[in-house]
Amino acid sequence: MSAIAPTSPRTGGTFLRRNAIWWVALLFVLLLPQVARSGTSIAVLNQMCIMVIFSLSYNMLLGQGGMLSFGHAVYFGLGGYFTIHLMKMASGGFFMPLPLVPLAGGLAGLLFGLLFGSFSTNRAGTVFAMISLGIGEMIAASSLIFVKFSGGEEGITADRTDLTSLFGIRFRSEVDVYYLIAAWMVLSAWLMYRFSRTPVGRMANAVRDNPERAEFVGYSQKHVRLLSFMGAGFFAGIAGGLFAVNYEIVTEETVNLVSSGTVLLQSYIGGVGFFAGPIVGAIVYTLLQTLLSNYTEIWAFYVGLIFVATVMYAPTGLTGIIMMHLPIYRAGKLRSLALPYLRIGVPALCCTIGVIGLLELLHFLSVRAVGQSTKRLFWLTLNVEQPFAWIIFSVLAVGGFLVARRVAPSVLAAWEAASLHAFGGRAR
Amino acid sequence: MTAAIELVDLRKSFGSTEIIRGVNLEVGEGERHAVIGPNGAGKSTLYNLITAKYVPTAGRIRLRGQDITARKPYEINRMGLSRSFQVTNIFPRMSVFENVRCGALWAMNYRYSFWQDVDRLDDVNERSLQILNDIGMVPRADVPAGVLSYAEQRALEIGITIAGGANVVLLDEPTAGMNRSETDQTVELVRRITENKTLIMVEHDMSVVFGLADRISVLVYGEIIASGPPDEIRGNPAVREAYLGAEAD
Repeated sequence: MSAIAPTSPRTGGTFLRRNAIWWVALLFVLLLPQVARSGTSIAVLNQMCIMVIFSLSYNMLLGQGGMLSFGHAVYFGLGGYFTIHLMKMASGGFFMPLPLVPLAGGLAGLLFGLLFGSFSTNRAGTVFAMISLGIGEMIAASSLIFVKFSGGEEGITADRTDLTSLFGIRFRSEVDVYYLIAAWMVLSAWLMYRFSRTPVGRMANAVRDNPERAEFVGYSQKHVRLLSFMGAGFFAGIAGGLFAVNYEIVTEETVNLVSSGTVLLQSYIGGVGFFAGPIVGAIVYTLLQTLLSNYTEIWAFYVGLIFVATVMYAPTGLTGIIMMHLPIYRAGKLRSLALPYLRIGVPALCCTIGVIGLLELLHFLSVRAVGQSTKRLFWLTLNVEQPFAWIIFSVLAVGGFLVARRVAPSVLAAWEAASLHAFGGRAR
Repeated sequence: MTAAIELVDLRKSFGSTEIIRGVNLEVGEGERHAVIGPNGAGKSTLYNLITAKYVPTAGRIRLRGQDITARKPYEINRMGLSRSFQVTNIFPRMSVFENVRCGALWAMNYRYSFWQDVDRLDDVNERSLQILNDIGMVPRADVPAGVLSYAEQRALEIGITIAGGANVVLLDEPTAGMNRSETDQTVELVRRITENKTLIMVEHDMSVVFGLADRISVLVYGEIIASGPPDEIRGNPAVREAYLGAEAD
């Protein structure tokens, strides 16, 4: 339990020291384009930063406030629409520098958060989840009904370079946009972190843990949830606004349930119990989406598998796994885990290769052209009409799984021994 | 002078069963008042009526003359009434320190602030540390509340209850499930923290309250059959029959 609970630093320091990690983060994202220069990597970075803001805003609901939303893309998408409309209007000539337009998205997210939150935050749990799903479906449907506002299936487009230039920057290149998005990301992440450390932010945790008790220390559970909800709407709107700035087009896809599912998925994979969890999730998800899709058409299937595996075997997410090893690392005991991890890693890898192989062959069977019988996979040319490849992959998948399951208890025991040592007998 | 808490012909039915059958009670300012009674007498129901967890079927509840019947829990808390829970009711994933701090935030006027850093609210943090000191849990400040032992969670529960500095404190069987020495410690703690405050305490174990309460009311089958100073209650034949007699069987 103690490994899951975020620690609370109660000792202050100077402004610079207290925020040191944020300055490092800012420096890091500003230097990133020097390393990743290519157009594609900048495009990936832009998407990543937008998703980081979106996921962090989602975690204000799920991780911090205990509200499971199936419709958070509503605030992302509406933020995008309002921003792109502002960009279109501003092309007409009035003073509106591009770096400020995401604020329109944020404001839209905030106001719609107030509107929808006012009747959905009375309770958390199933009721909240169902209402969020309903609103998500409603807004997604509306975006195809109110065509004047949403542009129907084509969406709304704008040209960001038409806006007032700021200090001569017209944001023609992707790198210029990257700096804009990255700056908003660091600022938003910092603000959301600060929010979690305010009285309302702490009470959001309290209401998540025990709404009844929170009421008996003077807080209305509804009002606490509503404030988190509006904050989450605001930052989702900022992310949507940056989406509009980056892609210069907003369509129904930003606001629909798939988008709502994506943000849930990536936050959860990253780990909703930690502030940094959604950041990790957004980075990993974007990489999977952009890199994996170069190699396989069924990348979304793999993401689904990873999500299910996370829920089943690592409910604290990737960040949770890292945090589980931090005290062991500090105690210098990480090396004792190398061998056990190798013991489970090899069969797990075999199992993964087997599953991937079978899935790719199956997919190939269903989409291949007539007469086509060979597929290149893992640098091999495989014939799907011969049983050889099928047998090999099946053996790898099943055998790997069985061996991994067999050694799992001993690996777990090794981890427990290491962490017990690291905690030095402290209550866990 | 108005009473701190006043119950007027309070009634509560669940379905056709009347659990609280017309309770009248006045607890004066600064008084330590205990409500005792055998199992099933309706103590917990009465407690939950006063603290707005249940809505009464009939009757009124007044807090310093103000009617609080059917008010929301957070409104009553803001008016200066704080309660503990019989079943331990804390914020399990937050640290012990943060649990207590949550109890102090509203009362110290930070309310729905989303622009202040809680770690810099020196008055709140000092008060929380003071409370932790009072309940003897300073060494456990950074431990997640969910991993505390039962007795520790009970103490933390009281800590949260008093953190807001409410003038009227209600405690629901604060010593339930404790052994003799833990009970003595808790009674001592309750005595200390309710100095100059109004205390209403529901208790099953009579011996716990004799040294602590200024007055005792005995609840039997939803009615108060006797109310008075401990010595008077001890000598009351009706009480002996209804309560002590039943206990001795």
